[in-house]
Amino acid sequence: MKKRKMFLRMITASLMRRRSRMLVALLSIAIGATVLSGLVTIYYDVPRQMGAQFRNYGANMIFTAADEDFTYDDVEKGISQIDSGDIVGVAPYRYETVRIRETPVVAAGTNMEGAKATSPFWSVDGQWCSAPEEMLIGASIAEKYRLSVGDTVEVTYTPEEEAEDGEVTVDNFILFTVTGILDTGGSEEDYIYMSLDDLETLTGTGGNIDVAELSISASADALTSYMNKINQNVGAVNARLVKRVTASETTVLSKLQALVLLVTVVVLALTMICVATTMTAVVAERRKEIGLRKAIGASDKSIITEFMGESMLLGLLGGIIGSVLGFIFAQQVSINVFSSSISFRPLLVPVTILVSIAVTGLSSLMPVRSATDVDPALVLKGE
Amino acid sequence: MSLLELRNIYKIYGELHALDNVSLKVEKGEWVSIMGPSGSGKSTMMNIIGCMDKPTKGEVLLDGVDISKESAKNLTNVRRDKIGLIFQQFHLVNYLTALENVMLAQYYHSMPDEKEALEALDRVGLADRAKHLPSQLSGGEQQRVCVARALINYPEIILADEPTGNLDEANEAIVVDLFHKLHNEGTTLIVVTHDPEVAEVAQRTLVLRSGKLAKEVINENFTGQIKFDHE
Repeated sequence: MKKRKMFLRMITASLMRRRSRMLVALLSIAIGATVLSGLVTIYYDVPRQMGAQFRNYGANMIFTAADEDFTYDDVEKGISQIDSGDIVGVAPYRYETVRIRETPVVAAGTNMEGAKATSPFWSVDGQWCSAPEEMLIGASIAEKYRLSVGDTVEVTYTPEEEAEDGEVTVDNFILFTVTGILDTGGSEEDYIYMSLDDLETLTGTGGNIDVAELSISASADALTSYMNKINQNVGAVNARLVKRVTASETTVLSKLQALVLLVTVVVLALTMICVATTMTAVVAERRKEIGLRKAIGASDKSIITEFMGESMLLGLLGGIIGSVLGFIFAQQVSINVFSSSISFRPLLVPVTILVSIAVTGLSSLMPVRSATDVDPALVLKGE
Repeated sequence: MSLLELRNIYKIYGELHALDNVSLKVEKGEWVSIMGPSGSGKSTMMNIIGCMDKPTKGEVLLDGVDISKESAKNLTNVRRDKIGLIFQQFHLVNYLTALENVMLAQYYHSMPDEKEALEALDRVGLADRAKHLPSQLSGGEQQRVCVARALINYPEIILADEPTGNLDEANEAIVVDLFHKLHNEGTTLIVVTHDPEVAEVAQRTLVLRSGKLAKEVINENFTGQIKFDHE
């Protein structure tokens, strides 16, 4: 039989046949590995998770016209430069001055689904409009004209073209139903919102839009690179970032990540102390065995090798258990805190196992080293 | 040349002379008992012969080589290569089977050899208990595993420390019987014991008192035959 085979046979026998003792050590290592791998998973997933949360604050990129003409086709060209998975919503806006009861009002034509996605903080009393000839009105407008949900109101538009040959300019008008009243706390309350198609019908002109708001789930750096790419490749679009949103996202994210990192480091330190204490106890109760091994001819080196082999095997097992439990732990945290599932990071498995082996190995090195000082004569006489 | 020779050995702890100018010779193939009351220096002598301790003064010659000044590391090598130890408390590794415990000695000495280890267990009559853990063996069986482990590497000397101290009469007889077998095969045996019955089956009994060699008894009746009849 090869020495290595006997070595493996001994260390596995020690783990398998001293199960109750080893289970305690294994438990402490596995818990450490679980918390470690769980926290690291969360640490890396926080930007993604928080990015999704931050999209509640609204658009973080704006498209405007680079020159005179700016259509929804240009917006789509711009969008094609962005990974489709990162896009939370796109809302094009066209603003026109219309009249309600002969007083001017700003009407915004947009895509309601896009507006809902880019401005999740909008609070609508009633329903978002979904059919033609329906509109949302800002709270100020509702108050000014004493309009409420379900009312119908005529919206008038006077075409800009000069009336030729003394012809009377004909006003366009559409009868709209108010489906909801918009409450945002901002200037949006002074506008009325309708679909782009309705606004085009009302004005009799189509195609051009004024601005597009985009909500993109990406880090500040990725957003900047998207912006540069769009400005370079899509001539008609002038893309820029909403600094107020992107900058605060970056600040909050870095603080949150620093917090998770700090917790991870503290937990790792506590785990090391816990594992070291356990390994010290495990080695201490085997002083007699060490004495015996020395008495029958074991060198210090082979005793250190055997004990380190055992603790590294423990570390390996603990690391494997910890990787699995850590993912479950991170998943639970993610579901409870961020209400979304977490992505599995395969690289974290070998890293957790290696760290677990290293921590267990290192923390047993000291007690094992001191255990080699055991006097082999200890095993003679009835001690 | 004697296999083992102690020349004017002293072991001094402060004021206490645990061994006080002790000299003795053990020839190859000899069976020697060491007796003495508690505190007589038996353990100290045992530790020095077993290469687990060094004398304060004096020379220890094993195979003509003075080992009294060797480093702890070299003493470990001497112990591994030349000495087989048998303990009062058996001291088997509790999570290894009988067979693995014997192989452990091979592992530290050279190469583990399962077949040879099984043969050694067979010699002590435990071939059928090879896969048992120490906790599944009786005291006598554990001591026989300990004997098998001590003899597996063909040591120059088998050093037994109260080998029958924890055994009942029947098992004591089996172990003494084994010593006879070993002796007949030419093994050198040094047995430290309290028990006069165990001591007097040896060829020679040395009696220690207060660190000095007080008496040496040659066993006239030594026949090399098995004295106990445990059948």
